[in-house]
Amino acid sequence: MIGVISYLVFFSTIAAILAIAVLGLNLQWGNTGLFNGGVVASFGAGAYGTLILGGTPQDGHWGGFELYYPLALLGGMIFAGVLAWVVGKLTLRLRHDYLAIATFGVAVAFENVMRNATTVTGGAQGIRGFERPLQSLIGSGFTYNLMFLIAVLTCLALVYVFLERLTVSPFGRLLRAIREDETAARSLGKSPDKVRLAAFVTGSVIIGLAGSLYGTFYAFVSPQDVLPILTFQIWAMLIVGGAGNNKGAMAGAFLIWGSWTFSGWALSRFAPVEVQLYTGSIQFVLIGMVIVGMLLWRPQGLFPERLVVSQPGGGSRGKTQAEGLT
Amino acid sequence: MIQHLVDGILVGSFLSLGAIGLTMAMHILRFANFSHAELLSIGAYCALVFDKLFESLLPILAAKIGPLSMTGALAISIVLSMAITGLSAVLIDRFIFQRVRQKGEELSMVFASFGMALIIRNIIGLVFGLSAELYSKDIAFAMILSRDPLLLVKPDQVFVLIAALILMFALHLVLSRTTFGFSLRAVAENPSLAQVHGVNLKRMIAAVWIIGGGLGAVAGIFYGLSYQITPVMGRDLVLPIFAATIVGGIGSVYGAVLGGFIVGIASNLALVILPSGYSPSVPFLMILAVLLVRPNGLFGEARA
Amino acid sequence: MPDAVLSVENVTAGYVPDLPILRDVSVTAEREKLTVIIGPNGAGKSTLIKAVVGLLSVSRGGITANSQDITGLSPDRMTSAGIAYVPQTDNVFRTLTIRQNLDLALQKHAHASERLSELYKRFPVLADKQRDKAGSLSGGQRQFLAVAMALAADPVLILMDEPSAGLSPKAAEEVLDHAKQLTSFGVTILLVEQNVKQALKRADHCYVLAEGRNQIDGPATDLLQDPALGRIYLGGERRVSA
Repeated sequence: MIGVISYLVFFSTIAAILAIAVLGLNLQWGNTGLFNGGVVASFGAGAYGTLILGGTPQDGHWGGFELYYPLALLGGMIFAGVLAWVVGKLTLRLRHDYLAIATFGVAVAFENVMRNATTVTGGAQGIRGFERPLQSLIGSGFTYNLMFLIAVLTCLALVYVFLERLTVSPFGRLLRAIREDETAARSLGKSPDKVRLAAFVTGSVIIGLAGSLYGTFYAFVSPQDVLPILTFQIWAMLIVGGAGNNKGAMAGAFLIWGSWTFSGWALSRFAPVEVQLYTGSIQFVLIGMVIVGMLLWRPQGLFPERLVVSQPGGGSRGKTQAEGLT
Repeated sequence: MIQHLVDGILVGSFLSLGAIGLTMAMHILRFANFSHAELLSIGAYCALVFDKLFESLLPILAAKIGPLSMTGALAISIVLSMAITGLSAVLIDRFIFQRVRQKGEELSMVFASFGMALIIRNIIGLVFGLSAELYSKDIAFAMILSRDPLLLVKPDQVFVLIAALILMFALHLVLSRTTFGFSLRAVAENPSLAQVHGVNLKRMIAAVWIIGGGLGAVAGIFYGLSYQITPVMGRDLVLPIFAATIVGGIGSVYGAVLGGFIVGIASNLALVILPSGYSPSVPFLMILAVLLVRPNGLFGEARA
Repeated sequence: MPDAVLSVENVTAGYVPDLPILRDVSVTAEREKLTVIIGPNGAGKSTLIKAVVGLLSVSRGGITANSQDITGLSPDRMTSAGIAYVPQTDNVFRTLTIRQNLDLALQKHAHASERLSELYKRFPVLADKQRDKAGSLSGGQRQFLAVAMALAADPVLILMDEPSAGLSPKAAEEVLDHAKQLTSFGVTILLVEQNVKQALKRADHCYVLAEGRNQIDGPATDLLQDPALGRIYLGGERRVSA
């Protein structure tokens, strides 16, 4: 029984961390219409940033500054934000495919650099020697994991409230206005590029926070944690939850992470040994099918929420979308 | 140094072939197709299957052509693979992309293309196994072009370069001399005007996929001839090919050709200063450099 | 019943299904006549032409051209139905040469090379510049290329969307004169214009659209004097008499 509960705590911690990342992506894609093909770069930047800043010094590589944990966490988020700012600054004023390609590129390059820049990142071995905050007080057992889950859920709640407030704030209305009609927004004297950049960076900082928490939880990060599949998993979570829908995004995170873990377990338990070598391939095909299938048959997601129409009477686009959801 | 340059040109030849189809599809259908590089894998594996088939059915075809490691069987397989890969591209568009296009926005297309890439890549892995394959197990000996500086080239590489150039020239003739070519360019520039002048949009979109798939197949096979065939070759090639289209300017076929060679050469020259582990990052650095200096690429036009 | 080449009957159409821009509009273009549609901005003039050539969908009503029902026909079938369309902007392929533009427009013509020399004879400036990119042409020349491309397939009916927009007064008059001239070669012309006075001077019949509906119509010479026209234009009286 304790085993089940302890597993549930572990599972929920990871799912909740991923849910934070999905919320960050939702700000970019769902609310602003920005593609992010490099979710994993922001996630990794958060994880690596926090572990390098907050870890203990290690032989053979730089880093391990033993910063006070909140500062390390913040540092990881800032690292993710700066990375997003550079990519966004260069691509957001161009046609949308450039952002797609550049963000994808940043993810490839990020993993590549983490793998090779051994003196900074520990290379393929990753970064160890990180002491989780308050671990000396609570110990590393079940209690710690439970406390950590509570902390993560608190972060998730804070991010959720922040984003919900943001969407109804003037800034959120601006995002929607730009999304619906860029020319009109521009003619009102708003600079869509700046607003989009702000949304992109904010979203990436939130994804960075998720990465920081992830790195903290495992007290370890390696290039294996920043493979492209994580990007696809996070997308699948948002697509299943419904882009633009924060509650759906969180539900999607738990659902997809649950299915992923379950399918992995089921394959390793029941599949013949020669198939087990291909577990990854089978799971990747499934994730691909979830993405494509949802876009084909249920583009609004599994948890439809009536869209808020931007103005009374609404733009024609908002209206038709809302109708499609019922 | 010169060896790197020569290697770069050879890499450029298949990057260009891959980039041509990608840039055309991106221009006409207005979306970045991240599954384009999987067409290269489909082409490479398709040729592998036919190659083995012909060699066992007609052993006479298993003989090598001149100094090449290429056989008559592979030569026929290339043509068949081009056709089948082109057809697969059309079918993927018909059953997946076209439906997503009608339903959603441009962004959904990009997501769908990533999804398709995952599916295709991993199904290939499931069918053919995860280990690398080769068209010919024999070791191809390099010709020594010069001893000082030492310059080595494999006969296969020379063949790849020449064949790629011939294909590109053929495409150039089609685009610049035939009304079919004008129609393709017209659709890329202004689809509704092209339609009003009697151009059938659906047919042109299919044509773009056939060209993209056909050239992609050749690119994949040439990649396989130069290195090896693996299920993840699409994953490794997608960024260099995108970099080639951005360097050349999205939508420009000539830009894609030049961009392919530039990315190929630069990636190889970069190895002079960077440790080889970093080579996957080079295309991204090139994308950043182009976006900083000349965002619309060498031949591209600004388009919202 | 006069000989109508095009008849648009009670058409309702728009870009989005629930938001019609045109409501219940009817327009007729008679054989070998120049028919003009005028109206203030946003009246739905261009929408009407686009609905005729199939670039946007008609939700109610019917369109007949050459005694053939063309409602909902896809745009690439228009040339074979004898209909040509000259859009207001982006009406030539800038990245193709003039010759390539014309070849494209001629691709289904049975006697393409004869037709090409006829077109070159009619528009000598195009012959001189045939190897240049269409993007390098001046506004007036570009308009002529667009008209030549429309003429290429020997259409019975040409629809033109504000052919004089953005041209110098002289070039505008040339383009409109040419449109008028075409009617004497057996082509029926329906054109949308902002340049009311110049268009009415040359037109045979005129329709006034406003807010997506028919307002008045009649022989162009009568309308030129009609005070109602000025009212529709809201202070446009000056424009009409200018």
